[in-house]
Amino acid sequence: MSSSKPIEEMTYEETFAELQAVVGALEGEGRPLDESIALYERGQTLARHCASLLEKAELKVRQLNGEAFQEEA
Amino acid sequence: MNQMPLFETPRLTVTEFTRRVRRLLEGDKALQDAWVQGEISNFSRPASGHLYFTLKDAGASLRCVMWKGDALRTRGMPLTDGISVEAHGKIGLYEPSGQYQLIVDILRPAGEGALYAEFMRLKAVLQSEGLFDPARKRPIPQFPHKIGIVTSATGAALRDMLNVLRRRLPLVEVMLAPSLVQGEEAPSALVAALQKLNTLYQPDVILLARGGGSIEDLWAFNDERVVRAVAGSAAPVITGVGHETDFTLVDFASDLRAPTPTAAAELATPITLDDLAYSLQSRLARLDEIIARQIAERRQGLTALDAALKYYSPARRLMTEQQRLDDLTRRMTRGLEARFALESAHLAGWRDRLESLNPLAVLRRGYAVVSRPEDGKVILTAQDAPAGSNLRIRLAEGSLDVNVIRNS
Repeated sequence: MSSSKPIEEMTYEETFAELQAVVGALEGEGRPLDESIALYERGQTLARHCASLLEKAELKVRQLNGEAFQEEA
Repeated sequence: MNQMPLFETPRLTVTEFTRRVRRLLEGDKALQDAWVQGEISNFSRPASGHLYFTLKDAGASLRCVMWKGDALRTRGMPLTDGISVEAHGKIGLYEPSGQYQLIVDILRPAGEGALYAEFMRLKAVLQSEGLFDPARKRPIPQFPHKIGIVTSATGAALRDMLNVLRRRLPLVEVMLAPSLVQGEEAPSALVAALQKLNTLYQPDVILLARGGGSIEDLWAFNDERVVRAVAGSAAPVITGVGHETDFTLVDFASDLRAPTPTAAAELATPITLDDLAYSLQSRLARLDEIIARQIAERRQGLTALDAALKYYSPARRLMTEQQRLDDLTRRMTRGLEARFALESAHLAGWRDRLESLNPLAVLRRGYAVVSRPEDGKVILTAQDAPAGSNLRIRLAEGSLDVNVIRNS
């Protein structure tokens, strides 16, 4: 379930999807405690990343100029 | 010569005559639902709000009235003498003046009729091809990453849409494909912008928008090429052209029609940043809840185990033994005490009996015991105590040493 990508490079959707998977896995029964705690910590990290992505989100606007993309000022 | 009878009695009053004319006119279906084209003259708009004017062409003129309720819909239309209009309405006869007139309910500038006819013709053609088929409509993605926008780079519509997107879901990336949105060149520019967006950018959804304007201003969005490009777009298209009341053919071909550009941007972002934050918060809470529950469950298990351990521990066993010992000791003591009480009762009995045999008891009744001090022999007969001999008299309390004066 844990993707190989470093968390800083994960998109909001990837991160949130993994967070959902972590919650789902934790909800399952019969997991050793240390595993549960590791999952929990992973979930916390993912949630923090999601929250920071939401906080930092800024609309990125580009313009199609002829056949090329151009950053909008 | 046709001879008129001089004194024939009149058979109809003016009113009756007028009513007949009126019924005749109103009985003609074509006159109840007519479009009439002409030039306005004698235009007047009195305080009542009704409009009065005459429509005329080279050959005739027609009195018209438009009641206040319908007249309200002509707001913004330049209505003065000399302009060409198309009026829709029904025939009426104003009995007090015997004037027939057109009671107008729709009034529009001349020329719009031709546009409208073209609109209806093209709509019918495209509809028959199935371009507007609801089954063709694709779902709008719930959480788009890439939004393509086709509109004027300088219009208020773009600014409005970007504001909405920035506020609702700044996580998205916007690619603007600028295009003319009115005039001769607009249709081919719109088609090119749509195609470029689809091939070069592959957005999750496209917003095709233009701010409000006259029907001519919006006409590019009724162009057959544009409508076909919208229907053929790889990405789903949301249209937001003009105002709430404006319908263009692209609206029928698009996957979703929004009443305005702003609304199109809103419909493109069904999930907002606030929704995401809320959903994230609830996941986080769930995470905490799960781990807290798991730890609590384990703690509970641990407590139970600890209790079991204590139950079976040697310490507890020792305590049990101690208790048994204490118990035995207590029982032993109790037995001993009983025994002791019995013995002392027994002893008291013997004591009483002993006491009853105590010679001193006799002395307390006033008797005395006389003995010879030398050997302690008890003197029972006077003969044993000659005069001059010493004797000891034992009383209940103490004793006396006496001398025998006389022996008789």
